[in-house]
Order: sequence, then structure tokens, then C-alpha cells
Amino acid sequence: MTALPVLRPSRWAPLAALLTTSVLLTACGSGDGGSGGGSGRPKSGGTLTFAVGSDAGCVDPQQVGSNDTIYSVRQTVDSLTDQDPATGRIVPWLAKSWDINSDATRFTFHLRSGVTFSDGSALTAQVVKDNFDAVPKLGALGTLAEGYLSGVQSTTVVDPLTVKVTFKQPNTQFLQATSTHTLGIESSASVRKTPQQKCSDGIVGSGPFVLKQYVQNQSITLAKRTGYAWGSALWSKKGEAYLDKLVFKVVPEAGVRAGSLQSGQVDAISSVGKANEVALKGGQVALQRRANPGVVFGLGLNNARPLLKDARVRQAIQVAVDRSQIADTVFPTGTRPATSVLAHTTPDYSDLSSDLSTDTAKAKSLLDQAGWQAGGDGIRTKDGKRLSLTITWFPNSATNQPALELVQQQLKAVGIDVVLKQLQVTQFATTLQSGDFDVVWGNVTRSDPDILRSSFSTRLGNFYHLPASSLDTALSGQAAATDTAKRGKLVAEAQRLLVQNAYYVPVVELQTQLGVSKKVHDLAFDSGSRVQLHDTWIG
Amino acid sequence: MRRYVIKRLAQAVGVLWAAYTVSFLVLDFLPGDPVTAMAGAGMDSGQVDPAQLAALRHEYGFDKPVLVQYAEYLGRAVRGDFGDAVSSGRPVTSVIGDALPQTLQLTGAALLLAVVLGGGLAMVATYTSRRWLRQLLLSLPPLGVSVPTFWVGLLLVETFSFRLHWFPAFGNDGLRGLVLPALTLAVPTGAQVAQVLAKSLLTALDQAYVETARAKGAGRRRVHLRHALRNASLPALTVVGLLVGQLIAGSVVVETVFSRDGLGRVTAAAVTAQDIPLVQGVVVFGALIFVATNLIVDLVYPLLDPRIVVASDRRASFA
Repeated sequence: MTALPVLRPSRWAPLAALLTTSVLLTACGSGDGGSGGGSGRPKSGGTLTFAVGSDAGCVDPQQVGSNDTIYSVRQTVDSLTDQDPATGRIVPWLAKSWDINSDATRFTFHLRSGVTFSDGSALTAQVVKDNFDAVPKLGALGTLAEGYLSGVQSTTVVDPLTVKVTFKQPNTQFLQATSTHTLGIESSASVRKTPQQKCSDGIVGSGPFVLKQYVQNQSITLAKRTGYAWGSALWSKKGEAYLDKLVFKVVPEAGVRAGSLQSGQVDAISSVGKANEVALKGGQVALQRRANPGVVFGLGLNNARPLLKDARVRQAIQVAVDRSQIADTVFPTGTRPATSVLAHTTPDYSDLSSDLSTDTAKAKSLLDQAGWQAGGDGIRTKDGKRLSLTITWFPNSATNQPALELVQQQLKAVGIDVVLKQLQVTQFATTLQSGDFDVVWGNVTRSDPDILRSSFSTRLGNFYHLPASSLDTALSGQAAATDTAKRGKLVAEAQRLLVQNAYYVPVVELQTQLGVSKKVHDLAFDSGSRVQLHDTWIG
Repeated sequence: MRRYVIKRLAQAVGVLWAAYTVSFLVLDFLPGDPVTAMAGAGMDSGQVDPAQLAALRHEYGFDKPVLVQYAEYLGRAVRGDFGDAVSSGRPVTSVIGDALPQTLQLTGAALLLAVVLGGGLAMVATYTSRRWLRQLLLSLPPLGVSVPTFWVGLLLVETFSFRLHWFPAFGNDGLRGLVLPALTLAVPTGAQVAQVLAKSLLTALDQAYVETARAKGAGRRRVHLRHALRNASLPALTVVGLLVGQLIAGSVVVETVFSRDGLGRVTAAAVTAQDIPLVQGVVVFGALIFVATNLIVDLVYPLLDPRIVVASDRRASFA
């Protein structure tokens, strides 16, 4: 064989890099435009092209957990109920009404008549039962669904349009769960398929759009369901959707997504990060944002670790963190610093900002009281031990590392040493289950305060190793409370206990940010900060 | 000649086996496994029942000892069965088969562009008698090699799609959608072809036989094309063989930047999801293409230069 010539590293590389950078930079300087978005009268017809960053490899709403894919598949199914994103109230959709018994163990839904799936079959109580019987069997592929239906005893058909779900223990959250895409109702024929088949071939639903084509890693195409007449009580348009067609293109590169929206090749894009905001400001694009409900991004403390068993150390961390600095520096514009363990878009959220304001003096005095004395290198020590914590994190979001580097600096300022340890996303579950961590960084999206119970009750997984306390009583109490005022009080109590004992250190809310062309109107967020496209029109 | 071919074939099989084994080991050393990847995709999702994970692991055979897994996979792979992809449940061979045409289109177009542009550049640079033009042209390939493909792609999209609206920024639609990605992929590849060909052309033009040809009255063009190019093309041909491997690797980046479906995207997704059967399939398939091209290149040598078989056979007898 002939010898290969040696390729010399080039003197030109820096110049080339400079040239390309300057071109890209100038490309970012877009002009300011009016923010009119002239509304006018809604009209039917047209195609909405929506660029998303990823493909979950599955088009079954009951199994998909990734927002990028939920945006599309959500449109193919209806749920028994819907949740008002403004108030958190549950309103009718496929169920026109429901009854819940006094301890929230029995839910009876009265179905709307005349609803059909796109294969022509009718919605009956039996179909709902088939769905709820099958969902727990989706196994590891449908973990969300399984949580919603945990403890289910039976689902019974009372009459053709009445279905009753019975649980072994109180389960108030189930009503909100019926409003999620995860418990969207699929036709009996779809339910009988294997989870894998449902993933690759899609399912038959009764939703305002029907799956036309799914090309893995490439696109999901939906067409309007003609004759649709059973929309959610929240929607402004009755009957069919405005748009004829929805095309979801998978465009992994954030810069290409932004450029495609700016140049009119697509009408809307998902996941706009801070870096792309400038390019999209002004012009013919509007940025739409909403905080995800659920447990905010924060430091999940392992309360069983010797260092963190001491409430004063936890409380010191709680007030040493400067939440506003983190929200403003790292996250997309408009992201709110945490003001509770729950995001402000979660029903029954209560504002605890006064407990969460930064106070380094207080943090230092708390650590002094706990016996941690300032050492030579700025890190406190006690009995020869350094006050050092490891924060374990996972690269599931670009904001994680810069956010945690700020936390590291902020805690160092009061004498706490922080080591950052990155693991693979796939290790998240095992890390939590093994309990082998000081602190983990994460969040959970859920539009029902019961997420506090799944995350922090010592009677469930208790991954953060909280001690049994009156918090458990409040968490179990809210799960059994059918009276909304009573439930609200218990949820508020739980948030207060979590924050004041600093079992969890809330840091920043997760905000969903979309870029939407100004010719697109009424592209609305639902209660889970995903999109509802029935009312959307182009004009 | 027969010995030469047999020896090359044996080498090819060795390379395939090594690719398979190394990729298996690397994937095995990675923390986590495909089942937790699949179930825990959402850190957002609730708690996963360990018993269910164990059941899934058993179903896919991930609970067996590593050596047993390796032997089983290898045994099936030899028969052309790479099992099912964990993430989608489809047979690995059909996942690859579906993605392949798009990637072949892309890499084929890129290779063509690379050879035409890179070869053309080398020819012009060595043919011209203007010193400044030669200097300029010869300084381009190092630039092309050192600029990251990623940047080239974004730059082309920015200019020709977002500003001039000539080509779409993403997707697999038709010839227009192929231009920018193929060009992006052709830049580093063409640059290497140009570097090697220009260097060997310059060397060849200094040789005695070129002097002889000139003395015999052959024109500049004839000397360049007939005498120098034929000899100088051997190293370039070797490089093209190697570049095929590079093109396949480059498609991972280019297909991501241009949101094209294809083997590159399948690879990226499979690695992220730690989809071991799929990654294995892709690696072996990539190795197969690489080995096949180089085999062809090896077999073409004797046609260009009859001395090669003799030399190679002699080397073989020493081994």
C-alpha cells in the first residue's frame, strides 16, 4: 500500500474560525418589528408546520413522555376531562360529568354520546375500561400512565355510557390524571395491539386530528378529523379544528430551527433557548412562554446523609442560593426563580418567596450554630471534616451545568464546598433508587399537587430519605380530600413544611418557550405547558 | 493474483470481527443499559418499578453474563441476524435498510463532488504557470480540512437557505435538499483528495519519465493528463478508499445539522439510547462498507500499476 501523506495542521484554522463566527454573528442581528400580530377573523384551512427538536420514536400518546412528540400525538386523542391552565379546574371533555365518593376511592364518569373514533367505532364505557385495564400493562414503556392508575382495583361498566373506576386507597389526583394525554382514550382495536405496535404504527383516537404519516426521525403528519364535534369545554371553536393539516418536522439543531422559523420555512418551533432568543426577537416571530407545573428544578437533598441530617445545614443551603441570579443568567428570558417547591402554574401552589430569599449572613450564622467553623481555604470544617457535598446531575438539559456552577459559587461564598458529578441520563433512576448521592439536580412536570406525595411521602419511594413527620399526614390527607378548599390547605401546609425544613431546595422553574410566527393565531398552552392546536388558525 | 485476493478477503473478515468486538466492549463499559434508557427517558417520568425493568432486561437477555451475551450476539450476527432494536422493536437489519438509501445518496453525491472539486482543484493548481494562483489554490485544501463540518453546514444553511432561500434548510426532499448537505460533506473530503493529488502530481512532474516525455515533444497538457496523472492517481485512489469511511462518519454530523433521515441519525439516536443491538448493526455495517471499498481499491491497483501484485505477493510470502 502507498503511504499516506501527512496532513499538516493548518495555519489557516483560526482565520477560518474567525470568518465563520463573524458571519454567524451578523446573521443574528435581526431588526425590531412591531408586535401587532393583527388578529382579524379566524379562518379555516391551511397547514401548520412545526419544527421540534427530537423524535421519541413512538407515536402512542399513552407511552410518549417527551414534549417534542407530545405536541403532535396529543392532538390525536381526547381525554375524559380537560384542565383549565389558568385555574387548574377540571372541566368536561369526553366525560360530560363525574361523581367522586367522599374518600376519593371511587370515580364514576358519565360519557358524552355520539363520540366516534376515526375508524368509525363508537366511544363506550367498555372502551374506557379496555383502556384503563391495558394502561398498567404497558409496563416500563408507560411509566407515567402507571403512576396515574397506581392502586387501581377495578374499572367496571355501569351502563353503555357510564364507567366506574375504583381504587384501593384514596386517589384524588386521578381526576386530573384523566385530563392528561397519557390517559387519552384510544379505540378498542388500538388497545388490543402490543405496546411496540402502537408505538410504530400509531393508534386510532377520537381527537381533532388523525395520524396520516409517521416517518421516524423525520416527521409526523396529521390531518383534520372531519365531523369532529366533541371538543373540550375549554376550546373556543366548536366542532372541527381550523387547520387542515399539521406537519411536525424533526430538526435537531436549535440554530437551524430558529433560522427556519425566521426565514418562514416553518411556522412554529419548540425549545427556544436563551442563545436563540436574540435571533428571534422582533420581526415576524413571537416567543410564547409558560412555566411547567410540578416540582421545580432544585437540589434534591439526601436527608439521611450525616451532613444533611442537620436541619441547620439544609436551611443554610436554602438561603445561600441566589435564585434570581441563576434564573436571569442561565435560563430563557421570563424564567421565574422558584417561590415554592411547586411551580406557580401548579394548582394549589402557594407563594413562599419570603422563606426563599437570599440571606448569606443568615446562612453563615446557621452554619456557625451547627458547629461548622470557617477554615483556612474558605471551606468550613467540624472535627477535622470538611463541609463538602457532591451534587449529581444528568445532561438532560443544556441549562443544568451552568446553573449548578452558579450554585457551586454561591455555596462556596458561605463556606460549603460543592463537587459536581455528571452521570448519564440513563443512570437517573438507578441513582435515586440506590440512594447513593448527597444531592441530585432535577425536576418533575405534573399539573397536580399530588406530585409532592409521589416525590416526598415517606410512605412511597422516599428517594430523598425524609424522616417520617407531619408532612406525611398532610400529603396523605390531600390525596384523600375531595373538598377543594380542604385539599388546598393541606397542599399549602405540605409546601410550607418542605421549604421550612429545607428537605428540598427549590431553585428555578422550568419554562417552556416556543417560537411562533405572527401569522399563526391562538396556539395555546394546555395545563401541562404543551400545546392545544384545535383552536389554532393561520391568517 | 488469487493469493492476493484471498489474503485481502481474510483481512476484511478480520476487520469486521474486530469492529464487532470493540464496539461490543465499549458499549458494555458504558454505565447504564438500554432498558433503563428506555424506561427512564423522562427524568420527568415517575418511578419505575424495578421488577418490570428486570423483566424487560430478561426479555432482551441483558441479564446474562457478558461473555454469554457476546457469544450469542456474535453467533446470530454471523448468520446476518442482528436482533431487534431495543428502542423501536424493529429488526436491526430493516432499520438500517430503511435509512441506507438516504445516506447512500448523500455520501455518493458528496464523494462525487469531492472527487470532481478536489481533483479539479489539484489539476488546475499544478497545471497553472501563475505562481500566485497556484499558491492560492494550494492553500485552500488545508483550510477545508481544518474547518469543522458542523460550522460549514451551519454557514451554508445560513447563507443559502435562511438568506437567499435557494435551498431548504432541512429534510430529505429531492435533489434541492441534497445540495447543501452533500456540499458540506464534500468540503473536508474534497480537500483531502486535492491535497494528496496535488502533492503526488507535483512529485510525478519532477520524475525523469516526464522529462523524457517532454523531450519526445509531448505537449504540456498531454504530459499532465497522460503521464503524470496516471501515476499520481494511485495515492489519491487510496485516499478515496479511506474517505468512504470518513463520509459515513461525517454523515452523523451532517444529517443532524440538516435534519436528514439516514444512517447517521440512526447511529446518533442509537448511541444516545444505548441501543446495543442497533449500534452493533450500524458499526458492523459501516465496517462492511469500508472494508468492501478498500477491497475494491486494492483490486483496482493492479489494473493501474501491474507492479503492485508482484510486490504484494512477495510481501505475503514473508508474513
